[in-house]
Amino acid sequence: MDFDLTAEQQLLGDTVQRFLAKEYAFEARRRILRSPEGWSRAVWGRLAELGLLGLQVPEAHGGMAPAPVETLLTMTALGRALCLEPYLSSAVLGTALLAAQASPAQQAALLPAMAAGERLAVPAHGEPGARYDLSRVSTRAAREGGGWRLRGKKAVVLHAPAADHLLVSARTSGGEADEAGLSLFLVPREAGGVKLLSYRTIDGQVAADVELDAALPGDALLGGEGTAFAAISSAWDRGLAALCAEAVGVLQATLDATIEYTKTRRQFGVPIAKFQALQHRMADMLIHVEQARSMGYLAALRAGEPDARERRRALSAAKVVVGQACRFVGQQAVQLHGGMGVTDELAVSHCFKRLLAIELSLGDTDHHVERFIAASVGGA
Amino acid sequence: MDLSFTPEQQRFRDEVRAFLDASLPAEMREKVLGGLHVSPEDTVGWQRILHRKGWGGPGWPQAFGGTGWDPVRQFIFEEECAAAGAPRLLPFGLKMVGPVIMRFGNEAQQRRHLPPILSGDEWWCQGYSEPGSGSDLASLQTRAERQGEHYLVNGQKTWITLAQHATWIFCLVRTDRAAKAQAGISFLLVDMRSPGVTVRPIVMLDGGHEVNEVWFEDVKVPAENLVGEENKGWTYAKFLLGHERTNIAGIGASKRELARLKRVAGDERKHGRPLLEDPFFAARLAQVEIELMALEITNLRVLSAEAQRRAPGPEASLLKIKGTEIQQALTELWVQAVGPYALPFRREALEPGFAGPHAGPEHAAPAAATYCNMRKTSIYGGSNEIQKNIITQLILGL
Ligand SMILES: Cc1cc2nc3c(=O)[nH]c(=O)nc-3n(C[C@H](O)[C@H](O)[C@H](O)COP(=O)(O)OP(=O)(O)OC[C@H]3O[C@@H](n4cnc5c(N)ncnc54)[C@H](O)[C@@H]3O)c2cc1C
Repeated sequence: MDFDLTAEQQLLGDTVQRFLAKEYAFEARRRILRSPEGWSRAVWGRLAELGLLGLQVPEAHGGMAPAPVETLLTMTALGRALCLEPYLSSAVLGTALLAAQASPAQQAALLPAMAAGERLAVPAHGEPGARYDLSRVSTRAAREGGGWRLRGKKAVVLHAPAADHLLVSARTSGGEADEAGLSLFLVPREAGGVKLLSYRTIDGQVAADVELDAALPGDALLGGEGTAFAAISSAWDRGLAALCAEAVGVLQATLDATIEYTKTRRQFGVPIAKFQALQHRMADMLIHVEQARSMGYLAALRAGEPDARERRRALSAAKVVVGQACRFVGQQAVQLHGGMGVTDELAVSHCFKRLLAIELSLGDTDHHVERFIAASVGGA
Repeated sequence: MDLSFTPEQQRFRDEVRAFLDASLPAEMREKVLGGLHVSPEDTVGWQRILHRKGWGGPGWPQAFGGTGWDPVRQFIFEEECAAAGAPRLLPFGLKMVGPVIMRFGNEAQQRRHLPPILSGDEWWCQGYSEPGSGSDLASLQTRAERQGEHYLVNGQKTWITLAQHATWIFCLVRTDRAAKAQAGISFLLVDMRSPGVTVRPIVMLDGGHEVNEVWFEDVKVPAENLVGEENKGWTYAKFLLGHERTNIAGIGASKRELARLKRVAGDERKHGRPLLEDPFFAARLAQVEIELMALEITNLRVLSAEAQRRAPGPEASLLKIKGTEIQQALTELWVQAVGPYALPFRREALEPGFAGPHAGPEHAAPAAATYCNMRKTSIYGGSNEIQKNIITQLILGL
């Protein structure tokens, strides 16, 4: 058992944190949030220079994968700063998906450019009505001429408007919830027949619903036909680990802001932090944060576990603990800020909204309790 | 002991229902039931419709143009209005300043100010909180100095709900700076159109504009706008706090939200089946519904004690805490019910008549914004922590 970081890891963590503390302070973030793009290409470029966009890219293609601890440190730092960049969607989920599913040649064509920050590719997988079921896909892909025709609709595709490519899952065979028969396609965002309804999410990220009726060349198929489920599932588990790590950063920032605020806000002649009712609430918040941090470690270290059952058990357990922490810490932070907590002015409401979005992303608490039970039944 | 409503109360409920069927405009109903933005015109419009029926003051005595209903009838009325999707009546005139003027105001103030509350001609807002005085309201600093026939008011109020639409504000102001905190406070009525009054919006976490800062710079307020006696304002404010009781638990609105939630969960799918049939979700929903059943009975117990003219007590704190917890839990379940489609946030999609395509089902659009917005309920009106302090002190005697 060893919870220590290597000197290199420590250095990497410190570097990212220092960079973001400087470049992504609250007012700078607000400007980025209000910009038409909604995220910063300059920051993205810096993340590339620091090598952080290659953490899921295999060494063969110039990256550092597997780098679970580095991913954890990076995501926690990004969470602390409430970053709006497409790190989770492109640098984690998109990259891990390509690394797991695309052929070596396809990987060689895409991954180095993604590590360099020159290309963005995000998964377009979830569908209306699918909720969090990973295998429930109705989008269809059929052979047409020498290529493919994709028809269907994808829901809440995070950072789709920012991406060069969408990694679209589609059914080439099987029934609507079958794991077998799912294929993955590389679809240029600007291809004909790809229609985006773009919007911001509650926490200010860019996203879109995507309607597809697109003709694609034969080589748009990534990897083998009908075999994408395992890759989607393993990429999602890496995404879960990254999301849990991000949550820990947001949670810590939220707790810190609350402690700071209650120490300075005075009512009845004393700082409100002197009221024991609030002290105990903050003690409970801390317990949630530490439990989430522990599960963030577990998630990071089990995300690459080859035994799918064991991997799912760990990651779902992590998401449950993190989801509950997001709920409690977010709500109490707002509550302890009083009226200031429900304004747009302070960081706390922005943290609150990001915590809400994290709670709902990649499966909510009930989904993961259910998945944990399913993965636990019969041993494993 | 009998938990049923009497036949007269049942008949009254039928009468209210029939009226709502006939008189509540469809577009108001759709906005409220859909969780969309209700405009100030709707709020005033509904007050006017009620006024024409003679129901403009559901909690007021007949002597002042009210209905004279007892608390149980008021409860039934509010419950039916909420269920039907009627806009919420503004509490600031009807439930706050109105009762204070009836009890402590003079006849001229009653004649001047009460009728336009009923008719919807004046819009009141509540000017208590200040940047340095939230929970500790008695520390407030806004000053009113008597200068001949008027008071000169200086200071800043904050968090003033819907002040941007208000024509009048009732304020707690400090008239005696030498006296101890509560002792030097007076209750003053201020015309918002007076020179020196400035309203500045505060943007909320859901992007909405419902609260404001209100600044007073050398505002001249006629001395006749003082309610009751100078330096007795705290007593009147306390009377007022005990008064917004019949609806403080928000039972009617929570029942409406619960019904909406069931519709939403019936339409949503999990593993291809209605979410309503999912045991995880169904258990969470049942839990809230059960809490609401208990609170309704608790609320009716408090109301019938009040109807028997027992002094209003600190039970209101219990109703407020539990009521807001239920309101908030219902919005949490709404968010959970719509799943990933809780994330898209487009304010324009919350405006009535939004024509553009929705991201996801229409019932998903307001969920997250409503959840965020409703966090306020455990903060305003005396935060839930302050309510617990009241319970520990006044009920438990600790
Ligand atoms: C949406 C909204 C609408 C509002 N509308 C109006 C309005 O129309 N008119 C008006 O006058 N005001 C209004 N308010 C103000 C509201 O009444 C105050 O926000 C409330 O009284 C809390 O004060 P505060 O915000 O200064 O928080 P603070 O008093 O600073 O409280 C911060 C935290 O400390 C806790 N706390 C404070 N004292 C204690 C204690 N002794 N023991 C334990 N915990 C404590 C609080 O519960 C809270 O969690 C509104 C507020 C909001 C959010």
